[in-house]
Amino acid sequence: MALFEARNIHKRFGSRVVLENISLAFEEGQISGIMGPNGAGKSTCFHVLTGQHKPDRGEVLFDGQRISGLPPQRIARMGVSRSFQLMNLFDDTVVIENVMLALPAFRERRLKAMSAVFSDTALIDRALVVLDQVGLAVRAWDAAASLSYGDRRALEIAVALAAEPRILFLDEPTSGLGAEATRRLALLVRRLRERYTIVMIEHDMRFLFELADRISVIHWGQVIAEGTPAQLGDNKWVRRSALAEATHA
Amino acid sequence: MISLSDIPARPSAWITPPMIALALLLLAAPDLLPAIGLYQYLGIEIAIWIGFALGFNLLFGYTGLHSFGHGAYLGIGAYAFGLFQHHVAVSLWGGLLAAVLAAGIAGALVGAFLSHRRGIYYALLTIGFGQIFWFLAMKLHRVTGGEDGLLGIPRPPLTLGPWQVSLTDNRALFYFAAALLMIVVVLCWRLANSPFGRVLQAIRQNETRARFVGYEVWRFKWAVFTLSTMIAGLAGSLLAMAQQSAYPDVMSLHQSGLIVMMVLVGGGLVSFWGPVLGVVFYFVARDVLGGLTETWLLWYGLIFMAMVMLRPEGLAGMLHDLLRRSRPRQPSAAPAPATEAV
Ligand SMILES: Nc1ncnc2c1ncn2[C@@H]1O[C@H](COP(=O)(O)OP(=O)(O)OP(=O)(O)O)[C@@H](O)[C@H]1O
Ligand SMILES: [Mg+2]
Repeated sequence: MALFEARNIHKRFGSRVVLENISLAFEEGQISGIMGPNGAGKSTCFHVLTGQHKPDRGEVLFDGQRISGLPPQRIARMGVSRSFQLMNLFDDTVVIENVMLALPAFRERRLKAMSAVFSDTALIDRALVVLDQVGLAVRAWDAAASLSYGDRRALEIAVALAAEPRILFLDEPTSGLGAEATRRLALLVRRLRERYTIVMIEHDMRFLFELADRISVIHWGQVIAEGTPAQLGDNKWVRRSALAEATHA
Repeated sequence: MISLSDIPARPSAWITPPMIALALLLLAAPDLLPAIGLYQYLGIEIAIWIGFALGFNLLFGYTGLHSFGHGAYLGIGAYAFGLFQHHVAVSLWGGLLAAVLAAGIAGALVGAFLSHRRGIYYALLTIGFGQIFWFLAMKLHRVTGGEDGLLGIPRPPLTLGPWQVSLTDNRALFYFAAALLMIVVVLCWRLANSPFGRVLQAIRQNETRARFVGYEVWRFKWAVFTLSTMIAGLAGSLLAMAQQSAYPDVMSLHQSGLIVMMVLVGGGLVSFWGPVLGVVFYFVARDVLGGLTETWLLWYGLIFMAMVMLRPEGLAGMLHDLLRRSRPRQPSAAPAPATEAV
């Protein structure tokens, strides 16, 4: 059975139907890719899967348990982490605190209101380990707002990792990154796949086809094609957008 | 630039140099104030409002929750203290407890309505609830005395085991208020720099992200709101003792706006100590400007507007810049913000 499953998800905003009837399954230990044109409903689908929106119909199952309808913080605590397409960081503070706040060990400490945070070396070491995974340990004590765009993307992933998730949702992790940063990100994702189940939305086809085990194509709020990268190479829509991408590049 | 979320030099310290400075100033205040042409009672007012402002800023500055109806809880504390003296017993500790509990219960109820809201809806609801309490204080004439106020509130003596100290003298009452204030200061400081406080700040910075890393955001918002109303209630009980009466006017929208102005002018958005500076500045301005012109509030309003537009980091930010300029070898801590290319 798949680790994470969405069954017949339907979502509309007012009269605008964004997700028609989406069913997806993500296997443990795999990288699942989601692609599709702008406005297809990919991010909305992530929002529904991670609790930001409730589906109007259908259900979401994580590890056999129904999670649709639960608030995002509950779903997050069960081991579902996500990054955002538009970055979503704690910008008034240092890099390391972004990660510390997401550590389960930190979360459990909230009621010990009087214990100091930044003198707890165990907590800090744990955060440094996470930052090191994305290559940001040297910037740990810099202001989060001072990071370059690429580093902010990396921090976004680090925050998601800090929660020690079982499944990681990444919404367009390469968006806005240059070729070099994209290469580094590919290396990182490859390393992460050994420890996490990963689902990512991606426009960069080369990146996605290189990394993903399975890919689902979403269009008009529906899954129009699904398969391994090799199987999807023949898909009409995929070929057309690959062509478009090649002519753009 | 400084920020509320700067990590303090010694984050685990209970007592910091600014606290010692404040304690020394408070110790000296009863002699200092008359020496600079002011009067003793002013010290009591300032101590009360500083406590109120620090608790308020946990909500307003640290968590970024904009309450414009907080005067209500100051008032509830004052009435609860007075009513306790009139109807239950003449007791200092009993009155304080009643005030903190009454304001806290009101705050907890209101907080339950507020805490799932954000932004303008949150602010509007705080105003609405504030107005309800103010209206009740005006209309429940039999209980509160209405517009005439609740009069004849005694200043019960301070009893600690075998000791008993009268608080009828303003100097004694001031030292009592100052001692309570120092407890509030240490409590707020520790809280602001605890994991709990850091989560509050995370909620200010990015409520959505805070939820997605697993925090029950609304519970934190509820807890900090309730805590700030309890501190307001404590301040209110001292106010009742100071004035020996309680009036609905502290619960009005106008007075609720004042605490916001004090906190902003002082720099509560960037510094723990901002509210302290803001309160002192307000009361000194009131008495000094007020001695010169009847239209002093107009001038204070103009200062407030200039501050918001030109120096949103307030007095605390200005003081910080001043201190840094006099110590030029300090490394500049302000990195250039990254440009968003989304
Ligand atoms: N909260 C909302 N209310 C109304 N419409 C929405 C809402 N969120 C998304 N939509 C609409 O749903 C459609 C799908 O949006 P979504 O962000 O899911 O697309 P996407 O596939 O992620 O696109 P992109 O590749 O540009 O990120 C869009 O037309 C968008 O305008
Ligand atoms: Mg999207």
